[in-house]
Amino acid sequence: MKGLSITFAATLIVVAIFLLLMMLERKKGGRGMSFFERNGVLIGTYLILAVGFWTIVTIIMPMVFMVDLSFRPKLPPSQVGGPLDEYTLKNYRYFLFGSSTSAEAWNTVHIRAFFVTIVASIILTLVNFAICYPIAYYMAQAATLKKLRIVLLLLIIPYWVNDILRAFAFRILLSENGFVNGVLDWMGLAGAPFDFLGANVGLYMALCYSHLLIMIFPLYNAIESQDHNQIEAARDLGAPWWHIHLFVVMPHAKPGIASGMTLCFMLTAGAVATPMVLGGPRSLWFTPIVYDRFYQLFDWPQGAAYAFILLLACIVFVLTVLKISGLKLGEITR
Amino acid sequence: MTIAVELEKVSIQFGSFTAVEETDLEIQEGEFFSFLGPSGCGKTTLLRTISGFTHPSYGKVRIGGVDMAGIGPNKRPTALIFQNLALFPMMSVAENVGYGLRVRGVARGVRDAKVARLLDQVALSPHADKKINELSGGQKQRVAIARALAVEPKVLLLDEPLSALDLKLRQHMRRELREIQQRVGITFIYITHDQGEALTMSDRVAVMNAGRIEQVGDGRSIYAQPKTSFVASFVGENNAIPGTILATEGELATLDTPVGVLSGRNPTRLGAGGEATLFIRPELLRLSDGTPSECAIPTRVGSAAYEGSMTHLQLDAAAGTRIMASVIAAHASAHPQVGQPLSAGFDPHHAVVLAG
Ligand SMILES: Nc1ncnc2c1ncn2[C@@H]1O[C@H](COP(=O)(O)OP(=O)(O)OP(=O)(O)O)[C@@H](O)[C@H]1O
Ligand SMILES: [Mg+2]
Repeated sequence: MKGLSITFAATLIVVAIFLLLMMLERKKGGRGMSFFERNGVLIGTYLILAVGFWTIVTIIMPMVFMVDLSFRPKLPPSQVGGPLDEYTLKNYRYFLFGSSTSAEAWNTVHIRAFFVTIVASIILTLVNFAICYPIAYYMAQAATLKKLRIVLLLLIIPYWVNDILRAFAFRILLSENGFVNGVLDWMGLAGAPFDFLGANVGLYMALCYSHLLIMIFPLYNAIESQDHNQIEAARDLGAPWWHIHLFVVMPHAKPGIASGMTLCFMLTAGAVATPMVLGGPRSLWFTPIVYDRFYQLFDWPQGAAYAFILLLACIVFVLTVLKISGLKLGEITR
Repeated sequence: MTIAVELEKVSIQFGSFTAVEETDLEIQEGEFFSFLGPSGCGKTTLLRTISGFTHPSYGKVRIGGVDMAGIGPNKRPTALIFQNLALFPMMSVAENVGYGLRVRGVARGVRDAKVARLLDQVALSPHADKKINELSGGQKQRVAIARALAVEPKVLLLDEPLSALDLKLRQHMRRELREIQQRVGITFIYITHDQGEALTMSDRVAVMNAGRIEQVGDGRSIYAQPKTSFVASFVGENNAIPGTILATEGELATLDTPVGVLSGRNPTRLGAGGEATLFIRPELLRLSDGTPSECAIPTRVGSAAYEGSMTHLQLDAAAGTRIMASVIAAHASAHPQVGQPLSAGFDPHHAVVLAG
């Protein structure tokens, strides 16, 4: 069995496992009204076909294909499916040791980039949360309808500007003879122009900025659903503001916080355009390295392996965080 | 007696809308004081002003003699029980009750002991570890009371806390609230639009209408000696008969009305010639089928509704006026024929004539 047939078989197995898990879950929950009784046969069938098609064809199959690819060697098209096309771990080995044959030295450049990306994404996510929480709280509990509209507009309109344009705009703002250095110079603060881009300030700012909305909306939704009287009740019982936020608002908004943070983390760690444009010479974001596997080295199997490593790390990290905060995966969609 | 809460020329505006007009009021320490009024008359607004969530546009609020201007709700010696209770659903019953103590940094041991005592007082000890959504309506009510009492407020403010309960439970909780108030001895300020609640529980009642306090007094005087026609018609059932004052004589006034010439007390000393309304309670009418006495309304029986101990008669008088009369069901006159003529008489000292 080679290539596509494996993809198909693996997809079937994944779907079967999923259905099995669902049936087990159902057993535990006891029997409610069946899916078809609730939605009618026609709509029920349509829902199953549509959702099934969407998940299988656009999510599971490409993923399975990429995973399969990541375990194969790089071969010229003529030899694909030939005798040399065997499963191998060498793409993963390359990530660890910088060579597909020896295991003498660690591939420090890539491993470092990988961990820097993860750690920087965690920090950026936390910074993002710190920025977004007060805004979301203001929007959800404090603002009048009119002010809410204005804030929403101010938040949304800047996002009509696309990622890459924004990245270049940041570049212009922060470059050595750019606007910010100009202002600093005018105020007599900076002796020599400061190299913001080299220090990755631009990269971090842009990554933070471009995921503000991703963080704000889940937070806003969660905080908005809290009865304002609860906040006033806490205040009336003598609580200072920090206590109310920590012990009344945040516990209520926990699912929203988790969903905002996980989304923000995933997208930050996986951002491509921004790091490529704004990363300084010393920046080593992991995604441009993955990108290079595909388009500089034309080594798709290795690219797939690298992308898969990043994805896996992100998923493990997110699940760990959810576990620690005592949330179930289903809850973050509330 | 010392004054617990004092409002001095307090008025509250939202933009150009006046929610509470200039109000002076003193509430005594240890008093069960109720605000009674229809929806939207400004009761909640007034309560929120006392607890510090709303600021008076003019005037002063004093609690225990101290001017409360600039003192936030978290620093006032008041505790508010919200219309919807506003319990914390993510905390257990015990954590809810202990929240105010936790905020104050009371040591864990002391706190737990106090929470246990409070839960015992409101008969919730077995439910201490439950989550809020596992409780019944009446139990939630008691958690809210215990949570407010935990911080030992000088004044407990209650915003229609019983409105979500069914009738039986409401009556039970009325008694319970009154008992708790007498046991802890602090001032309760209670809001309701249910007159039965206000009259049975309170030491004094303030009847509010459209942002204005119309009358303050104990339940009996509010019911028997209304000072405005709003109070007369809002508190209890009342027959309102409009007319023109013909003459006044001592404390009585005589009115020319579409149903005849009638007299009643004239507490506000209205002068002759003015428009006024005569109010007479349904249970104070004396029905007879003999010749009408001096102060009586000739009527015909429209319908009769038997309600256990009382019978409520609807009587049709001249000019389309409807008169309600309530008679003890055991009484002979409680079983009239529909259409039968009846004379509804009353003692002029039982009726009251008010402007408007
Ligand atoms: N924050 C506010 N802004 C503008 N108007 C308000 C505000 N709060 C209350 N009002 C208005 O003030 C009036 C009194 O409201 P309030 O809530 O005090 O009524 P209430 O007597 O408690 O009524 P209910 O019995 O229905 O609770 C209402 O007309 C209301 O619309
Ligand atoms: Mg109200």
